[in-house]
Amino acid sequence: MGEPATKEPLSLEELQASGNLRTGRKHVLSILVENKSGVLTRIAGLFARRGFNIDTLTVGPTDDEQVSRVTLTVDGALHPIDQVTKQLHKLVNVLKIRDLEPDDTVARELALFKVAADGAQRGELMQIIEIFRGKVVDVTKRSLVIEVTGTTEKVEAFESMVRPFGLIEMMRTGEIAISRGRGET
Amino acid sequence: MRAVDALMECLKAEGVDVVFGLPGGANLPTYDAFVDAGIRHILVRHEAGGGHAAEGYAKATGRVGVAFATSGPGATNLITPITDAMMDSVPVVFITGQVRTELLGTDGFQEADTIGITMPIVKHSFMIQDPLEIPRAIHEAFYVARSGRPGPVLVDIPQDLSRADIPYEPVADVRLPGYQPTLEGNQKQIRQAAKALVASRRPVIYAGGGVVNADASEELVEFATCDRFPVTCTLMGLGAFPAFGDTADGDSDPPAGGGGRARRRAPHPQWLGMLGMHGTRAANYAMDEADLICAVGARFDDRVTGKLSEFAPRAKFIHIDVDPAEISKNVPAHIPIVGDAKHVLSKLVVEYRALSADSARLAEWWERIEGWRKQYPLGYEDSSDSEIKPQYMIQALHEATGGEAIVTSDVGQHQMWAAQYYGFPAPRRWINSGGLGTMGFGLPAAMGAAVGCPDRAVCCIAGDGSVQMNAQELATCAQERIPIKVFIMNNGYLGMVRQWQELFWDKRYSHVEMGPYPDFVKLAEAYGATGMRFEDKATLVDDMKRAIDTAGPVVVDVKVTREENTYPMIPAGQPAREMVG
Repeated sequence: MGEPATKEPLSLEELQASGNLRTGRKHVLSILVENKSGVLTRIAGLFARRGFNIDTLTVGPTDDEQVSRVTLTVDGALHPIDQVTKQLHKLVNVLKIRDLEPDDTVARELALFKVAADGAQRGELMQIIEIFRGKVVDVTKRSLVIEVTGTTEKVEAFESMVRPFGLIEMMRTGEIAISRGRGET
Repeated sequence: MRAVDALMECLKAEGVDVVFGLPGGANLPTYDAFVDAGIRHILVRHEAGGGHAAEGYAKATGRVGVAFATSGPGATNLITPITDAMMDSVPVVFITGQVRTELLGTDGFQEADTIGITMPIVKHSFMIQDPLEIPRAIHEAFYVARSGRPGPVLVDIPQDLSRADIPYEPVADVRLPGYQPTLEGNQKQIRQAAKALVASRRPVIYAGGGVVNADASEELVEFATCDRFPVTCTLMGLGAFPAFGDTADGDSDPPAGGGGRARRRAPHPQWLGMLGMHGTRAANYAMDEADLICAVGARFDDRVTGKLSEFAPRAKFIHIDVDPAEISKNVPAHIPIVGDAKHVLSKLVVEYRALSADSARLAEWWERIEGWRKQYPLGYEDSSDSEIKPQYMIQALHEATGGEAIVTSDVGQHQMWAAQYYGFPAPRRWINSGGLGTMGFGLPAAMGAAVGCPDRAVCCIAGDGSVQMNAQELATCAQERIPIKVFIMNNGYLGMVRQWQELFWDKRYSHVEMGPYPDFVKLAEAYGATGMRFEDKATLVDDMKRAIDTAGPVVVDVKVTREENTYPMIPAGQPAREMVG
């Protein structure tokens, strides 16, 4: 039987109140997986099933060629993340999961910005790039491509600074993260 | 050796004695291997029937069920049984054919992305990309299916790979570094649980299908009876704790309204009955007032808790489950214990006994429970004429089978009445679709159970709506002489939906009437089974005995009261204390 049992229609407010549990806290999940086909789909499926939006997702090799590392960030309330983490543990190809504490973690992403920069504005733009310790990796008469690495906040700050110059496009990798200190992530 | 012959060797090494399946293009090589393999294969009429039969086999025997299907439509027909096995934690290995590797992703004939489609509904799956992987994948599939929290595992084998010539060596181990179920249970937590039980004054044991899956029924009884703990079971747990005490039949009061001649054995003194939406008041009220609930292999399903925020408001929770993802999923556990019921309960008994608790502290609690039992016994108003009340039909079947049959059911009113009124003395006797609620489950599940347990009577209690969803398997039963007895509770309605429309939607009946179609007696005969029709309460028990004594598959059309409601019930979204009826 479907719920609820009553024949009264549900108001849109009631519907939203029942489903909206997000707190806005960002979670960085670092997941070690067996390097096998379909693993990423299994992981993504657990989030999709709950209507969770994965904000960023990176997958790459580790020092062991049989093992890959998935780093994903997701915005959710603590309890739903807890449940989805437990479900992730149940995937046979998942070896280890950590919900990284921001204070104990170094997180970085790489971003590439293509910015319109003709003549007069170029000097000012170069100053900003310097402040952010960015690198110019491509130059034409009318544009620059700039490489920036850092935390999500830094990348976003850089974006807001260069946007007025004429941001043509931007590519971001999403965060990778590693725990601080001697222990393994 | 051909990979498919190696596959057969693997099945034999796993102790597989029967496979339910249907051949097609992509698994032609596999079916060729069946010719010489010496494994019994039962040719089903629809892959869904095969899948449910494998589930019924697994649930009745505790062994892993096996179902085969071809690619494309064969595999998609398995979707319902796979989901069903996932929801009810049934160990089944599904082996599907796939198109040749060169056709993968090209929309080849009978191609479907079986691995992709089934990903959310399997415990695990293996996409064979190299024929050398086949033996290991098969053994790992069986291992994953039966261990930890059991579930469905699918192996998809492209046709060309299955024809490959491979060296076969028996596989002795599994390599699954990411899969290590915790069985033992943390000793400290178990000690904490024992202490909490000693301190409790109003405890309830709430046992689910996990007890059946772990074969922990004896441990559950020992635990419950090491003090006078009241026990309730979920729909999936029925039989894990015996419904009846040691004293057979006797002078106990018959249930109110229990008409006709059907009589029952005295209930086990610590048995409260099933809990949940259609559970007993004693069980639901006990949960509502409990100060400590010990959940064992149960998952606080919404059909058990009712309105979650008002569920068992005074209780602290011990939650024992082999699946850590179940613990604190719906109800936060105060004492979580990850482990399987068998290991944990046997340790818990030892810890509890060591504390020498005083049973007298439970006297007041039992007085309260006895009050509910007396005030609200399970019952119904019997007919004054020959009309068969559906509840009576279940009681009559209990009598006709001595309460010792394996009973399967479909989904709906008849399922709830069967759960309420049959009374299961042992685990693996009650086989139904609890989580997914699959209509059409009962008949093929009975077929699988009968194949797995040939020495025990297997009865399917079906609805007239549900039974038609897999009635084609009667042909399988006729061909294989599988002697299931199907008792159709025929009220001419999709009864549970009708009940809800009556109670909650102003009796605006919308597409629930089935009419007198088909003629089930003729249908049975057309399939090569025996057909019978019973309409008289007075002779029902004897009639049923006659049906059960008839050789081969039998279908009985039992005409029952048309508009009877399943009571008591917790209206959806309400707390347990708001039970009606």
